[in-house]
Amino acid sequence: MTLVVRRCGPMLTVQDRGRRGRAHEGIARAGAFDHRCASLANRLLGNDPDAAVLEILLGSCAFDVLDPTTAVITGAILPILVNGLDASPNHVLELRRGDRLELGSATDGLRAYLALRGGVDAPMVLGSRSYDSLGKIGPPPLAVGDVVRAGLSRSGEAWFEPVPVRPRPALPTIDIVEGPRYDWLSAQARLDLTQGRWIVDPASDRTGVRLRGDVLTRAAEHAGRELATEAMIPGAIQLPSNGQPIVLGPDCGTTGGYPVVGVVRERSMPDLAQLRPGQHVRLRLR
Amino acid sequence: MVDESPSHNGASTGLAWRPYGEHGVLIECHDLKEVHALFRSVCGSDLVEECVPGAQTLFVRPRDPATSSAELVHRITSLPAKSDSFGDGERPLHVVDVVYDGVDLDDVAALTAMSVEEVVRRHAAPTYTVAFLGFSRAFPYLVGLDPALVVPRLESPRPSVPAGSVAMGAGFTGIYPASTPGGWRLLGRSRVTLFDEGRDPPGLLAPGDRVRFQAVRP
Repeated sequence: MTLVVRRCGPMLTVQDRGRRGRAHEGIARAGAFDHRCASLANRLLGNDPDAAVLEILLGSCAFDVLDPTTAVITGAILPILVNGLDASPNHVLELRRGDRLELGSATDGLRAYLALRGGVDAPMVLGSRSYDSLGKIGPPPLAVGDVVRAGLSRSGEAWFEPVPVRPRPALPTIDIVEGPRYDWLSAQARLDLTQGRWIVDPASDRTGVRLRGDVLTRAAEHAGRELATEAMIPGAIQLPSNGQPIVLGPDCGTTGGYPVVGVVRERSMPDLAQLRPGQHVRLRLR
Repeated sequence: MVDESPSHNGASTGLAWRPYGEHGVLIECHDLKEVHALFRSVCGSDLVEECVPGAQTLFVRPRDPATSSAELVHRITSLPAKSDSFGDGERPLHVVDVVYDGVDLDDVAALTAMSVEEVVRRHAAPTYTVAFLGFSRAFPYLVGLDPALVVPRLESPRPSVPAGSVAMGAGFTGIYPASTPGGWRLLGRSRVTLFDEGRDPPGLLAPGDRVRFQAVRP
């Protein structure tokens, strides 16, 4: 169960369910951004839910197979080729020694997941194999020539029936709840937050997805005020002074000084993970 | 939103809180001392998955997502208080040697209308308390700074601040655990290892710990 990285796109990292319960130590959660697709890949292989997978930003990767390997690819829609022949996402692939697995550029969504039966092996750092891009904690991003081995995590039965790929809407909607500082928004900004169309800024990454659109103004009583530093969590919608919200990702800092006006619902975090730069998105309070 | 049950530290007003996310709550405290008293009693309890102190708030997420916010706050108020809290004599004291030759020392001296020697003397005088850890890799925010030393942060952050740098910003002082971008004013450098991912806990400092800086020669 060994692969060698022959080509890697913009970012190829090991991720699992992340480091939980350590935020008071100033350590981010990290972990797979689209936790739904990462856990689907593990379920299809019969892996433990804590097994690590590869998170592939935008695709454009190639791997040579050194030993027989059982793998699944989920997440963003991208061409999947085994020895140049099309293969299916959400489907268990039996790779043989000498095979070449290639992933093209994602056409829908942003992050794909490659899971191996037994989990991706990597050193456990502070209870997780995830790479935290802000704190630079955990196994560093993979580079060409790196070897990926499957671990020995407990595995049950693999599921050989392909699972249909869920189509993504052209205009995704992210469900949010009011944040602890929702009252810092002006009446107009409360409308703009959920009625406006937001554009995903290219300067987005695992620490946060930056949105561009209507400038969200503050309520008069909070104008020009500074918030005392408080906890930040993945999914928190921060409002910096320029009025353009930043939705925090899994690698966000654990404290911050901008008011949190909304928080993405857990079920919508996978959709946030798949937003592409330049794409339009709506936020919905529910 | 205010929970009417008696507050954990015996005040009659109860704890003021707001929902934060689907399951978490942000408890609002009067001051950092109250934040730390709550943090010490809540952190490590089976009740919570995460609890993060801020300057005036404590974020708490329950281990069991089915716990309602009101129930969570109610159960927090009935947790026993711990004695070794904020800046308490029982909390560990870390003495950090600092070479005060930071690139912003002259600017800080100019902004505060003091000599460099006076800036250094005032910075090394107090015993600071770790208010909370944040940013990334356990950056310690220390309180107890001489008010005369409070200066605005840099207008634009430096792309890279060396690990171990001792700096001031936003009314706090702190030490950079790793080489990262940073907008605080650099006063000096230390050789202390604040973060070691091979150690558990990886951070040297915990909220409530005390820190003193000691000026040393290069």
